Amino acid sequence: MSHASRIAGVVIGVAVVCVLLALYIGIYLTAAPGAASAIQTPAGPHLYLATVPQAEPGDAHPTWVSYYAVSPTSTDWRHDTTYVLPANTVVTVTVYEYDTQTGLRNNFIGAVQGTVGGTIDLNGKPVSYIDPDTASHIFAIPQLGLNVPLEGPGSNAHNLCAQAPCSLSNAHETITFRFRTPGKGLYRWQCFVPCALGFINGVGGPMATVGYMDGYIKVV
Amino acid sequence: MTALALPARTRQPAWRQLLGFNVLTGIVLAIIGWLIGYWLGGRFVNIPSLQYYTVGTGPGQNDISVFLGYLLGVIGFLAGLGFFNYPIKRMLGHPPSLAEHESAGEGWIRYFTLCTEHKVVAMQYLVGIGVFFFIGGINAMLIRTELLQPNVHVFGANQYLTLVGMHGSMMMGMMTSGVLGPFANWVVPLMIGSRRMAFPRIESFTFWLLMAAGVVLMTTVFFGGFQTGWTGYEPLGDQGTAGFDAYIAFFTLVGISMCLLGLNVVVTIATMRAPGMTWSRLPIFVWACFATGVLMMLAAPMLAAALLLAALDRTVQTAFYIPGNGGSSYLWENLFWVFGHPEVYIVALPGFGIVLELAPVFCRKPLWGYRLAVAGMLGVGLFSFFVWQHHLFVSGMNADLRPFFMLSTELISLPTGFIFVCMMGTMWRGRINYAVPWLFCMAWAFNFLWGGISGVFLSDAPSDVTTHGSFFSMAHFHYTIMGGLIFAVFAAIYYWGPKMTGFKFNERLAKIHFWTLFVFFNTTFAPLFALGFLGMPRRVVTYPANLQGLNDWVSASAYCILGSMCVFLVNLIWSMVIKREPAEDNPWNSKSPEFQLPTPVPDYDYEKLPVFDDDPYPYGVEVAPAAATAGQGA
Amino acid sequence: MSSVNHWRRCATLCAVCAVVMTLITVFLIAPGMPPGNGSAQASGQVVDNTVLLGISAFVATVVVVYFLYAAFAFRERQPELALEGPRVRGDSRVQAWWLFITTGIVLFLAGYGTVRLLEDGSGGGQGPNPIAAPAGASHALQVQVIAQQWKFTYRWPSFGGVETPVLELPANTLIEFHVTSLDVIHSFWAYQLGVKADANPGFDNIAYVQTKSPLTFNIHCAELCGLWHGYMYENGYVVPKGQFTSWIRQEEVRYAPITKTLPPYSTSYFPSPQRRA
Repeated sequence: MSHASRIAGVVIGVAVVCVLLALYIGIYLTAAPGAASAIQTPAGPHLYLATVPQAEPGDAHPTWVSYYAVSPTSTDWRHDTTYVLPANTVVTVTVYEYDTQTGLRNNFIGAVQGTVGGTIDLNGKPVSYIDPDTASHIFAIPQLGLNVPLEGPGSNAHNLCAQAPCSLSNAHETITFRFRTPGKGLYRWQCFVPCALGFINGVGGPMATVGYMDGYIKVV
Repeated sequence: MTALALPARTRQPAWRQLLGFNVLTGIVLAIIGWLIGYWLGGRFVNIPSLQYYTVGTGPGQNDISVFLGYLLGVIGFLAGLGFFNYPIKRMLGHPPSLAEHESAGEGWIRYFTLCTEHKVVAMQYLVGIGVFFFIGGINAMLIRTELLQPNVHVFGANQYLTLVGMHGSMMMGMMTSGVLGPFANWVVPLMIGSRRMAFPRIESFTFWLLMAAGVVLMTTVFFGGFQTGWTGYEPLGDQGTAGFDAYIAFFTLVGISMCLLGLNVVVTIATMRAPGMTWSRLPIFVWACFATGVLMMLAAPMLAAALLLAALDRTVQTAFYIPGNGGSSYLWENLFWVFGHPEVYIVALPGFGIVLELAPVFCRKPLWGYRLAVAGMLGVGLFSFFVWQHHLFVSGMNADLRPFFMLSTELISLPTGFIFVCMMGTMWRGRINYAVPWLFCMAWAFNFLWGGISGVFLSDAPSDVTTHGSFFSMAHFHYTIMGGLIFAVFAAIYYWGPKMTGFKFNERLAKIHFWTLFVFFNTTFAPLFALGFLGMPRRVVTYPANLQGLNDWVSASAYCILGSMCVFLVNLIWSMVIKREPAEDNPWNSKSPEFQLPTPVPDYDYEKLPVFDDDPYPYGVEVAPAAATAGQGA
Repeated sequence: MSSVNHWRRCATLCAVCAVVMTLITVFLIAPGMPPGNGSAQASGQVVDNTVLLGISAFVATVVVVYFLYAAFAFRERQPELALEGPRVRGDSRVQAWWLFITTGIVLFLAGYGTVRLLEDGSGGGQGPNPIAAPAGASHALQVQVIAQQWKFTYRWPSFGGVETPVLELPANTLIEFHVTSLDVIHSFWAYQLGVKADANPGFDNIAYVQTKSPLTFNIHCAELCGLWHGYMYENGYVVPKGQFTSWIRQEEVRYAPITKTLPPYSTSYFPSPQRRA
């Protein structure tokens, strides 16, 4: 092989390596779900979330259970799991629970922790714990001591929603709670219910993937 | 040409060679095999009698598809390379033959085919493992990039764990064959006076299987990656998406490759020594390869067995590792580490062999304490099977066994110490030439010393309570594996490289490579001991804010290691591809058999098989008896 | 042949440097050794680390100084002469001494480690049948550490089986941790207390610690357990005994409704629902 063709070979080789590396980093490694902010209301920042038994068709994992950020009327659905909240503020969160009951691996997690007043509003009624067998999902921020059990509709409820997006006419429970955000920082949230169908112990798959049952709280 | 020359085949046109059995055909058949296997797996889900076994295998979760896809893909790859040709021919009644492919084509095409010339396979190994080593290294740089800040995540948390797992798996899977593949295949036949390895086809098979394994591991990113790190602990692995199947397939293929590579090396050394090459005359490098080969044969099947159980758990719903259904998380831990501990000695022993092989050449004296060195190699190999539960001191293992494993682990430092004393003794009163290979050997001694000393801390169960699973443990094994083996591999590259490739390295770039690697390796990994002592666990994507300073220092240092490796790459490409200055026959004035051959070494190696009648290290000047006694004490 | 007595020079240099480094290490560095003195077991580990460090410093210095000496003293100064060194293949006396000394060190370390381990367990997990329980273990305060993906919770058998999300421990008390997991392998690492015990599903791993004065300690998960392994950390607190008692009573009242739904206290659990992949 001639000198020139060898140099050309080296240059092409280096270029191929750089392109592959860029693809690896750009497409796989840095892929992340989007961010949603709380909306400002006269009562303070208010975040609206929803949980569904299956993500929308066209999603990377359309059969996976997931959280979504939604509008107050549960109409505008965004598959975001990074929630941007203001620092040192009492934030209100409303979760529309469309997914059915599964139950907890550790019943203790049915107890409310870390909210203002130590209670959550379950369909308008304040409770400090739920029956662990009725838990559909959990919204927990362990670093902040926040643990919110989310009761879901029973499996024989009328007009269950099978897949995102769902509307308020589908069977659902509404849970509202308030908690105080700390100073600036990045915190993680997760679900504790073994809701990952088809995975050992129900943990794995969506339960172990950011963008479904795990995400971040970005306090700014 | 002497009578030994094999009949030259007429050179075929390039397009004809492309169509034959080679890696391109292998890739094409691999893709076809994958598609067939993946489709077959989907069929399993639909067969009523098998549906019990496939509960929960929704789209993207069909592990049976993935495993069958990998299996048929690898079979297709091997078929495309031509590995089934000879067995089929024999089954059809053709006589046994070794001549095929020995002279198939000339030049660079051979390196992309099933070639049974041991020097070709060695070069294939060197380049192939080198490519995967750099892939593993890039993953390490990405890990350190993520760890620059505890509260800003450059990569997703899932992807970070896949980075960690890929780095560890790629390195461990590839570097176990990192010396035996390139260097034993090339040098051992020459050192024992043979023209080939015992099983040339298996030799090529182990190489191509390892390449297929590397590609399989990289495909994990298409299935969600895996979250277990290279140790694959269960039941966490069972929880994973199909990305974990790539891990299982990777290590199964690596295990088979390792086992057969070890077998080939051991049988070659045992049966193909030329007249006069008795066991007590074997070069120490050959002893090291022998011990490593035995370990490979015995340890790799353990891994394959453990992985098979994991694959069964993930496909047909067995519960070997699932405690709620009768299995045990301890089963995986123990099966893995029974393999895992000999595995790390498989990685370390060849390094010992290289360093002791180079010592006489660069100190111009015979190897000091040859018998002790051999005892060290064999002792390390033997003891390595009896120490594995030191990875499990706080796991809840049988508490009565801990003193035994503390003792056995402490004892393994004895044969390791023999290696050091032999190196130290060879240097005493030598005439030391600091060529680049020897610089790497000296660095090996420094690095492995700290690796070994930190091992003493880890083997002490009370101390291990704090250091287990922390960055201290990470620092320990990086000092022994990277500071040890990788430095020894570079010594071997600079020592045997010119002979193997026929071209000289640029010495200035080589020295820059050495000094930058040595300095930055230590500035990267020494602080990790501190991080471990300060309470930072392994495999974490975040850490307490007060540890950021140290982490940033380590990351910056790691980038400098990348820079050093780039210097090596530039040297490699410049010397081997662009400048191509022919190397001398014996640049180190070595008295070893391979350096008595011309450069480049002809295909047939020895024109006339040697008869050995001297010890392997005929260096040094005889010392008069009176002076000898004084010299020995002095 | 050089007229310099290399052996004497090298041996003296090694010995002097080794003694100096050992003294520096033992008296200046060792007192700062982890994990500190937060508990009796942690203090025990500091002592063990000091002994290990002292021996390591001695051995490492000897080896490093030897290598440096040999590297400089025996470097080839006249390469053009292409001379070779003396044809010495070994020295059985040196080999015997090396073997004797290194074996002695190694056996001492193994024995010392065993004795220290068996004294009080050193804070490590010992499985369900511990063999090294400190004195008074039968009256220890039992605390169950339940690891799950990705949070530790704590259950108190002597306080009605109440479960708490935070770990508070009374000062100057012998604690008996029972570490278990509900899903995968985790590891309970209480750094300042010098405690580390793997949490295996369906299995009880016992570790002892004798707390001393009140302090805040770091709890990390030390075994990769999945996505949020790196985030599975929190603070634990050693508090005065009176404060501990009032805290645990408060928790009992606060969590009374949920405690009724918990399974009876047991050293391991196989929670339902089970889900298969």
